[in-house]
Amino acid sequence: MAAKTKYSKKTYIDWYKMMLLARRFEEKCGHLYVQQKFGGFCHLYIGQEAILAGLMSGIEKDDKVVSAYRCHVQPMALGTDPKRIMAELYGKTTGVVKGKGGSMHMFDKEVGYFGGHGIVGGQIGLGAGIGFAEKYKGTKNVCLCFMGDGATRQGMLHEVFNMSMLWKIPTIFIVENNRYSMGTSVERTTNVHDLSKLGLSYDMPSETVDGMDPEAVTDAFKKWAKHCRAGKGPVLLNVETYRYKGHSMSDPQKYRTKDEVEKMKKEDPIEQVLSIIRKNKFMTEKQIEQVEADVKQEVAECVKFAEDSPLPNAETDLHEDVYTQEDYPFIIE
Amino acid sequence: MREIAFRQALNEAMSEEMRTDKNIYLMGEEVAEYNGAYKVSKGMLDEFGPERVIDSPISELGFAGIAVGASMNGLRPIVEFMTWNFAILAADQIINHAAKMLQMSGGQFNCPIVFRGGNGTAGQLAATHSQSFEQMYSHIPGLKVITPSNPYDAKGLLKSAIRDNDPVLFMESEKMYGDKGEVPEEEYLIPIGKANIVKEGTDCTIVTFGKILKVAQAAAEEMEKEGHSIEVIDLRTIRPMDVESIVNSVKKTNRLVVVEESFPFGSISTEITYNVQKHAFDYLDAPVRRVTQSDTPFPFSPTLLEEAAPNVKNVIRAIKEVMYL
Repeated sequence: MAAKTKYSKKTYIDWYKMMLLARRFEEKCGHLYVQQKFGGFCHLYIGQEAILAGLMSGIEKDDKVVSAYRCHVQPMALGTDPKRIMAELYGKTTGVVKGKGGSMHMFDKEVGYFGGHGIVGGQIGLGAGIGFAEKYKGTKNVCLCFMGDGATRQGMLHEVFNMSMLWKIPTIFIVENNRYSMGTSVERTTNVHDLSKLGLSYDMPSETVDGMDPEAVTDAFKKWAKHCRAGKGPVLLNVETYRYKGHSMSDPQKYRTKDEVEKMKKEDPIEQVLSIIRKNKFMTEKQIEQVEADVKQEVAECVKFAEDSPLPNAETDLHEDVYTQEDYPFIIE
Repeated sequence: MREIAFRQALNEAMSEEMRTDKNIYLMGEEVAEYNGAYKVSKGMLDEFGPERVIDSPISELGFAGIAVGASMNGLRPIVEFMTWNFAILAADQIINHAAKMLQMSGGQFNCPIVFRGGNGTAGQLAATHSQSFEQMYSHIPGLKVITPSNPYDAKGLLKSAIRDNDPVLFMESEKMYGDKGEVPEEEYLIPIGKANIVKEGTDCTIVTFGKILKVAQAAAEEMEKEGHSIEVIDLRTIRPMDVESIVNSVKKTNRLVVVEESFPFGSISTEITYNVQKHAFDYLDAPVRRVTQSDTPFPFSPTLLEEAAPNVKNVIRAIKEVMYL
């Protein structure tokens, strides 16, 4: 009989299914991108999936999430249909934002996902504002505001940390610290290598979290969401994770060694969950194989859905959703 | 009818709207306890309390970002910039975020925000404090830009801006806050996107907006004394622009002078002139002329300053040129 686990059997199985779906979805995206099935930029989440467990089990339904441009799979963990993400990558009308945003701009209001933002650090202000609105309206909801380690170098962070502490805004600022802003390591951007210290000037509670461990991420989200809900103000989490792939699809990765990547893969978040599942016999080997087959099937269905979906109509859709005003007089030459 | 100051008209617009919708809040530097750097928000902290009238630190980018996020999540912020010169620090949030949110989210998240504050020259404040930004922001699809010229318009347009569900930039002037004008007690709105024909005329059209309207009007009066009939149009809203009113006027007068406070390159006069040559080419009896700020950073010394800003003398000269006088 295995030792009692921290989370339920169902939780680990759900995590495994979602994380594996995210991994296979992103692998597929990489292949499709190379085949030029869609354009734009393409930043993959592979390696960082432990954070999805936190989104699934660490927060409540009415909490809000805002993020940067590595945003294909985060909304899936909140409930967005992966088909609509794939369709967005293809620029189709069935995409989450109707083909207006592409890879970097996934939004899904239904699940509380406030984007998908392409300007590094811009979403730090948005995350504080989303939290500000929750406090203003008197709810107990929190906002999770994700950023990369590169975004911590923007002035926005300091302005917003200051005001968020001053006004006790219920936002958890989460650095998805994958060690590199594109090709520049954390060490080459700052004298202060421990990013959790960035909150110190503002007396903001800060913590470093093992971002390869789904349990640790979920624990941290739960703990600090409770802190925010109690009206104690914002938090900074330095979630140390790792991306196995390049920054984007055009990254030869000369700034790090293959050994480093292989070493980090040994801490793989999906393997960690699978190991708990196996150790506790939550699934049989046959069931585990079935999950892999189901995920493969689901990703194939996403691609089919995207490819079969219609492209936007230039005549009717180009000027749609630029203003809420229905009769806005656009300049049309 | 009663007369009130421009700042009071703005104050009434904000206060009346805040009384009817608790999701509206005002944030900016010195807006609460100091009663506003230019006293626009005087008394609002007392009426609405510190939850809704909020002093911010000097962090334009940060509090603009907070406003955009809050507007995505159900609030209707009014953001006061002490001047639009300082709002350059917040331009990323206005241009890259507020303006694009609705489109980029496929229609899911709109940003009902009013960004407002002083714009243009305000005396001997030199280069960094003397710029006009209508042209910079009107360039951006997703934004609306309003520059009122008097207390009546300011109140009616600001109320419309606050009720608008798109981001609206409202450009005032430190030099206008003390201007008095007739403003009725009863509620009224002025629609966004409609110009105002301030004075009808038949010989030449002047198109202008904001505080420099006064200069245009003074020049028009001088010309009237000499027996010329000048039509003066106040754009009120810069984006969307009421091109129809401009074109109709030029079709009548056949001559156009544009007067504005911004630098000449790629300015609002450029856009107006393009539209006039496109829609009224055959009606023009002379090339369009404009009077703008000089093509230099704005100077400090009075002798330089007088030449750098549009003045009555320059406007009269431009009118005479298009009338071949």
